[in-house]
Amino acid sequence: MTPLLEVRNLQLGLTRSGLGHALIKDVSFDIMPGETYGLVGESGSGKSITSLAIIGLLKKPLGILGGQINFRGQDLLALSRREMRSMRGRRIAMVFQEPMTALNPLATVGRQIAEMYVLHQGKGWQEAERAAVDALASVRVPNPERRARDYPHQMSGGLRQRVMIAMALACKPDLLIADEPTTALDVTVQAEVLKLIKELCASLGTAVLFISHDLGVIAEMCQRVGVMYDGCLVEENETAALFANPLHDYTKGLLGALPRMGSRLEHGRRRLVDIDSVIKDRSVLTATRFIVPRPSGAA
Amino acid sequence: MLRFVVRRILQIIPTIAVVALLIFVIFSVVPGTFASSLFSDGKRAADPQLMARLNEQFGLDKPVHERFAAYISDLARLDLGTSFRTRRPVLELINDRMWASLQLAIAAMVFAIVIAVPLGFLAALRPGSVLDSLTMVGAVSGLSLPQFWLGLLLMYVFALKLNLLPSFGYGDGSLRHLILPAVTLGVTPLALLARTTRAGVLDVLNADFVRTAHSKGLSEAQVIRRHVARNALVLIITTVGLLFGSLIGQAVVIEKLFAWPGIGSLLVDSVSMRDIPVVQGTILVIVLWFLVINTAVDVVYAFIDPRIKQG
Amino acid sequence: MRFGFSFMLGATLTGLVILGGLLAPWLAHFDPVLDADLMNAELPPDWTYWFGTDAQGRDVYSRILYGAQISLTVGIVSQLINTAIGVTLGMSGAYWGGWWDDLVNGLTNVMLAIPSLIFALAVMAVLGPGLISLLIALGLTNWSWTCRIARSSTLSLKSLGYVQAAQTLGYGDTRIMFTQILPNIMGPVLVMATLGMGSAVLSEAALSFLGLGIQPPFPSWGSMLTDARQLIQLAPWTAIFPGLAIFLAVLGFNLLGDGLRDILDPHMRARKS
Repeated sequence: MTPLLEVRNLQLGLTRSGLGHALIKDVSFDIMPGETYGLVGESGSGKSITSLAIIGLLKKPLGILGGQINFRGQDLLALSRREMRSMRGRRIAMVFQEPMTALNPLATVGRQIAEMYVLHQGKGWQEAERAAVDALASVRVPNPERRARDYPHQMSGGLRQRVMIAMALACKPDLLIADEPTTALDVTVQAEVLKLIKELCASLGTAVLFISHDLGVIAEMCQRVGVMYDGCLVEENETAALFANPLHDYTKGLLGALPRMGSRLEHGRRRLVDIDSVIKDRSVLTATRFIVPRPSGAA
Repeated sequence: MLRFVVRRILQIIPTIAVVALLIFVIFSVVPGTFASSLFSDGKRAADPQLMARLNEQFGLDKPVHERFAAYISDLARLDLGTSFRTRRPVLELINDRMWASLQLAIAAMVFAIVIAVPLGFLAALRPGSVLDSLTMVGAVSGLSLPQFWLGLLLMYVFALKLNLLPSFGYGDGSLRHLILPAVTLGVTPLALLARTTRAGVLDVLNADFVRTAHSKGLSEAQVIRRHVARNALVLIITTVGLLFGSLIGQAVVIEKLFAWPGIGSLLVDSVSMRDIPVVQGTILVIVLWFLVINTAVDVVYAFIDPRIKQG
Repeated sequence: MRFGFSFMLGATLTGLVILGGLLAPWLAHFDPVLDADLMNAELPPDWTYWFGTDAQGRDVYSRILYGAQISLTVGIVSQLINTAIGVTLGMSGAYWGGWWDDLVNGLTNVMLAIPSLIFALAVMAVLGPGLISLLIALGLTNWSWTCRIARSSTLSLKSLGYVQAAQTLGYGDTRIMFTQILPNIMGPVLVMATLGMGSAVLSEAALSFLGLGIQPPFPSWGSMLTDARQLIQLAPWTAIFPGLAIFLAVLGFNLLGDGLRDILDPHMRARKS
């Protein structure tokens, strides 16, 4: 089975400065069709700009300095702007972190979903808006017909994120990029939205690139995980294996910083570990890699 | 929606009442009266008998509270009083001049919008470009320009040197007479509007929902047409309304310069003649104009932006 | 570096105007009022009369230098009055709240509804022409934006708990306002005052142009333009140079204000002038 997405030695950074200062120094990973792949790392490690590079939405001073992004065997970086545009939304879709600001405040949510059908399936607006109601129903928005006529400000954060998901999945994409999709939500809403993404993508056969700094969420959602640190992918493994047996010092540090249920913080032997106390010299971190090859034949 | 409109319209009333009160207070402390100003040029000796008669005729001999009561009861009947100078009702004088002023203000605003909005838009789409820098430099220069000086220079070049356009006056009311005063009056709103449009569009372009629109696979043009334009329009319309309302204030000088028969030149002439009823009436009408336009803007705004109606 | 290009240019222009005004007695070649000589009327610019002469044969260059004194006086004094009124009302309204705040708010809204030039015109009509009237008229009519900004800045400071903290220390209201709040809202107020000086210079020129401000023969830039209006065909220099002076002075204040805003708060983008 060939991977859906292959990221090979991706390098990106500021293109305008003569130095070509790289923010992403060397990132390679594969995502198989239908697989959910997690990308973890602290903020600033480059998870988000990696995902923006894949969907081709890097903003100007940022650009790709080297490497390849193959999607269904096609090099995305070699595509024309027009070809890349027809990929976006139709084959690769994205859900962003901030549901409060990610929707156009002046258009009804129904219309914003309908725009996907008009754009990619050539439907008329009326038909598209009917399809949008179905899409809202599929993300379990109660009263979808009435809700389709709502404006974003009339909805809660959780509902808006459902709208974003309905919009992203409208054209049954092959890959969904979810960039911290639940970070801004309440914990209870968070669980529902995660469940929704998991179930819908499973039923559509959509692969997910799931970006989070929250290891708990990653553990729940992803089959495999890549750990990013300072613009490099430093460790990659099956989720269970990674949690059971972190190999890289940075991963150990990340896991150590995670509070465990039942552990007494002050008096017990287990203590929350500051990453810097585990890692003495950050500069050696990016030099070591622990990439566990995907078991061939499986997945 | 209807309730919103009605509420906004009703809000005009207390403001205009306070302004009327304010104007009355200011002018009731006027030291010189119209009658005494007749003799202020010193060519004729003041005639106490004539002055007393005039003061009596205009009710200026009565105590302040009686004059105030008369003023308010007249106002309530939409009677702005009678001009000391021409003996005609103030409302009639204003009505004669209103259209010329409206014409000038609308022409100036159209001139400003037609140039400023596209310019601000293009500048925002290419920040840091030559066009953007030129727009910003032009805008701050336009804001610093004394309009009547620009008008004087335009008059000198286009009317006196090139003989292309009439230098002043309303003439037959044709477009040719309107061009110079409208361009002169339009420069400041043009500069302000270009600046606000640019800032507003830049804000919208950096908004998260624009990134979402791109992630849907919309083309640059579609994103701008469907998502950026409408959101930027909210700010642009607000600015246009504010500018249109304040235009009449600036028009005073321009009308005087080009001898344009609007309410601005009526106001200036009446001030120098101490024709107080006309001054009071004109200022009230100008304030009312400003408030009506602001209300209209709020209503349009509520139609465009669904978030407003809620509050 | 981009650090304050507009600030630097604005400071330079304003500096030139201030120097020109202060050093007018030494820089001017002639007396701005007394050296009238009809024999020399309407001379084009030459080595003696750098900017030419006007209808009375007075040196336009010298008159412009003395005119700077008037423009600067009007700009600075009227903004001091405006700022004092706006800050006092806005700060106390936000601080005390209640009916006083409602009153301040209502008054501000009324003031915003009257175009400031029209209001100034009305006040001038009452007080009669002259420098003092101008200072009062322009000082009383343009404080509403300052008041709004002072009010909203004070409100946001209040919400940060500054005031409560000071109150628990037993500070009095006035002391809190002047030692805790005022220094913290000075930035935006200063920006407004600088931009306001530009518009005051413009208003002074406009009112004098209409014959309601500085009276002849005193050399206000605006009244120089009134005279020039009759002369424009014969002596265009009498119109060009005073107008240029107004333009550069106002440009200076505007750039200085924009520059200050960028320095004090890079996030506060130019919205309102």
